[in-house]
Amino acid sequence: MNRHMQYLASQAAAGKLSRRDFLGKAAALGFTAVSANLLLSTAAKAAGPQKGGTIRLGLQGGSTTDSLDPALVTNTVGLMVTRLWGETLVELADDGGIEGKLAESYEASADAKTWTFKLRSGVTYSNGQNVTADDVVKTMERHSGEDTKSGALGIMRGIKDVRADGDSVVFELDSPNADLPYLLADYHLIIQPNGGNDDPAAAIGTGPYIMKSADMGVRFVAEKNPNYWGDLGNADTVEIIVINDDTARVAALQSGQVDVIDRVPPRTAKLVDRAPNITVHSTSAAGHYVFIMHCNTAPFDNNDVRMALKYGINRQEMVDKILNGYGTVGNDTPINASYPMYTELEQRQFDPDKAMHHLKKSGHDGSILLRTSDNSFPGAPDASALFQQSLSSAGIQLDVKREPNDGYWSEVWNAKPFCTSYWGGRPTQDQMFTTAYLSTADWNDTRFNNEQFDQMLVAARGELDVAKRTQMYADMSTILRDEGGLICPMFNDFVEATTDNVDGFVEGIPGQVLMNGYAASKMWVKA
Amino acid sequence: MSPIVKLLAQRIALSLLLLLLISVVIFAGTIVLPGDVAQSILGQSATPEALANLRAELGVNDPPVQRYFAWLFGAMQGDLGTALTSGQDIAQALSSRFWNTLFLAFWAAVVAVPLAIFLGLLAVRFKDRWPDKMISAVTLASISIPEFLIGYVLMYFIAVKLRWFPSVAMVNDSMGLFDKLNAIALPIAVLTLVVLAHMMRMTRAAILNVMQSAYIETAELKGLNAFQVIYRHAFPNAIAPIVNVVMLNLAYLVVGVVVIEVVFVYPGMGQYLVDHVSKRDVPVVQACGLIFAAVYIGLNMIADIVAILSNPRLRHPK
Repeated sequence: MNRHMQYLASQAAAGKLSRRDFLGKAAALGFTAVSANLLLSTAAKAAGPQKGGTIRLGLQGGSTTDSLDPALVTNTVGLMVTRLWGETLVELADDGGIEGKLAESYEASADAKTWTFKLRSGVTYSNGQNVTADDVVKTMERHSGEDTKSGALGIMRGIKDVRADGDSVVFELDSPNADLPYLLADYHLIIQPNGGNDDPAAAIGTGPYIMKSADMGVRFVAEKNPNYWGDLGNADTVEIIVINDDTARVAALQSGQVDVIDRVPPRTAKLVDRAPNITVHSTSAAGHYVFIMHCNTAPFDNNDVRMALKYGINRQEMVDKILNGYGTVGNDTPINASYPMYTELEQRQFDPDKAMHHLKKSGHDGSILLRTSDNSFPGAPDASALFQQSLSSAGIQLDVKREPNDGYWSEVWNAKPFCTSYWGGRPTQDQMFTTAYLSTADWNDTRFNNEQFDQMLVAARGELDVAKRTQMYADMSTILRDEGGLICPMFNDFVEATTDNVDGFVEGIPGQVLMNGYAASKMWVKA
Repeated sequence: MSPIVKLLAQRIALSLLLLLLISVVIFAGTIVLPGDVAQSILGQSATPEALANLRAELGVNDPPVQRYFAWLFGAMQGDLGTALTSGQDIAQALSSRFWNTLFLAFWAAVVAVPLAIFLGLLAVRFKDRWPDKMISAVTLASISIPEFLIGYVLMYFIAVKLRWFPSVAMVNDSMGLFDKLNAIALPIAVLTLVVLAHMMRMTRAAILNVMQSAYIETAELKGLNAFQVIYRHAFPNAIAPIVNVVMLNLAYLVVGVVVIEVVFVYPGMGQYLVDHVSKRDVPVVQACGLIFAAVYIGLNMIADIVAILSNPRLRHPK
């Protein structure tokens, strides 16, 4: 029977049997859906990537105002297009570590202040020029200049000097930073000829594909780069179509006009998954929907009030009702398993008794005002209403005030003491904490001021011992969980879908969209 | 100069004057729009120095009147300026979008206008009997349903279930005419359903109005059959109001299809305009506004001229 199952799985993997039929036959033979699916994916991988064909992606987020200049990329479409034609020095590996791209290897000095990246030899751009260390230096300079508009400027600030040294590039930092390779994996930092100073939007790079046509906010076509140095790129042609409307995107997938879509609306994802030729993939991510309190404003300056609110939220209910199950519960820290060097902390549960206890201890009396709006995150007003209900069972009265969408980010967020908001993930703990939880950060939207936390953040940045660093980040998350102004009930998943025409989708690196942006070059079209 | 040429010249001059006035309104409107262009380009990372630099670069510090005339003279010479967000030449970027919009509007009109007029005539021929009632009911129902909903319904049944036509109406230069028509079949169907009722009802009403005239009775008495009466005597006299409503709907097909373009992912002007409005890219918004206004005024002018030419009383004023 087992041999028969394996035969069926290989047939299904080769496309001779639909996934639905395969699962039906598997069930008849007494296999559970889980084990049958596992068998199927194993068989698919055993069949291996197939070359050729056209892979078509329908993606949300592109706009006619976009640019091909990697410095100006702000959305998923831009990320996916950039990944086709360009490459960074290093890249996140599937295990959460770092792997070389244009840099073959790298090493740090003992104090983590000087980093040397050795370039891969013999790599050429799509215009035939060789990649030189000077190009890398110029690229870094373009992204860190005074007047740059680069989205990577924030992460370039700590770099004092970049210089070429033979076929290596040396980075000198202001202060020790063990995370530099993670920062250089940022998708804006595509290495371009002469740093892209001549024509930043020329789309000339070292990637697995060469752009054939680019109509901003509409459609992009790329063909395989015959001289690509690596093993990426299975399909001959990649076509990316911008489909911003949710229903239209799902319909395009269902009617077979595209093979892959992103951002399946959570409300309908389960219905979409029921279609026989479609598979919905859910990838856990680092983005989170939050309620933020100012730790320096009454009544939230009292940690017991903050704890009362943290115990008074029903996290699982939020994941079930606001994210329709496509997410994971939060633990009042911005860090989850998507981050490298993650340690799981004890999960805080909904506990009305403890909430009541902390509120009594704080001595606070009366209601608490929460401000919310639809664009703080999808479903924020509903989430606020759920919070209101769960708090009322703990005897705490929450007043919810609906604010207009227009001006929410300038008038309410980072201005009023208690409101709903969201955060996208960052590649490392250091980035996340430095952006929003360091006492001097511009975006310290919880007004969190903890000397010990600040000191640990700087110390961890220069710590090259991974075990010690991991412990430091666990301690910092614990401080945030028990003293911070962040109530983080949920992390939202990336929900993406593929048809049976293509294969090779793996969840890949947690926290990254569409296989870390490599879906187009790592997936393949079934023959 | 014959009076008819004079009349036409007057019409055209009036239209141009109207367009000029509208250009003032568009320019003034985009100036009072809330939000600062420099702020929205730089986003959250804006520093006061960068904002000041960018404002000077964009020329938003000059007096509005000076900016208006500079813009107007540029526009008259076909120079619509450059987009703030991408730095592209607007006229160039707009032209392909505009042709796409016209392409869709043209084929929707090719289907919708004859169909509407034919259905209108049919409704008159069978006035108050079941074909008339059914035509009215169906077209009124289709105009009452929001167009995006019709779009979704057609998409679900025709594209997803039956797979006759694609749900994504993506056209590009490398496609042949047949491929393009195949791609835009669904948007054409939706647009037809949306504009049909208005034109059909107007045709019906205009002809019925004429049908009460004495000369129609004469025509009937001399033995013409019903269709001939409508076609030879009623229709020519009802042509002015029909052309009017047809032109209004054609204008709608060009300037009002933003929702359809979004739903069917059609690369026309609507989506282009919406993207730039949200980024406060004022030169593009002004250019689109001007073009839309020109289309609207132009089509209405044509309707006026046709009305004049088809009406002896207007053709030979006292």
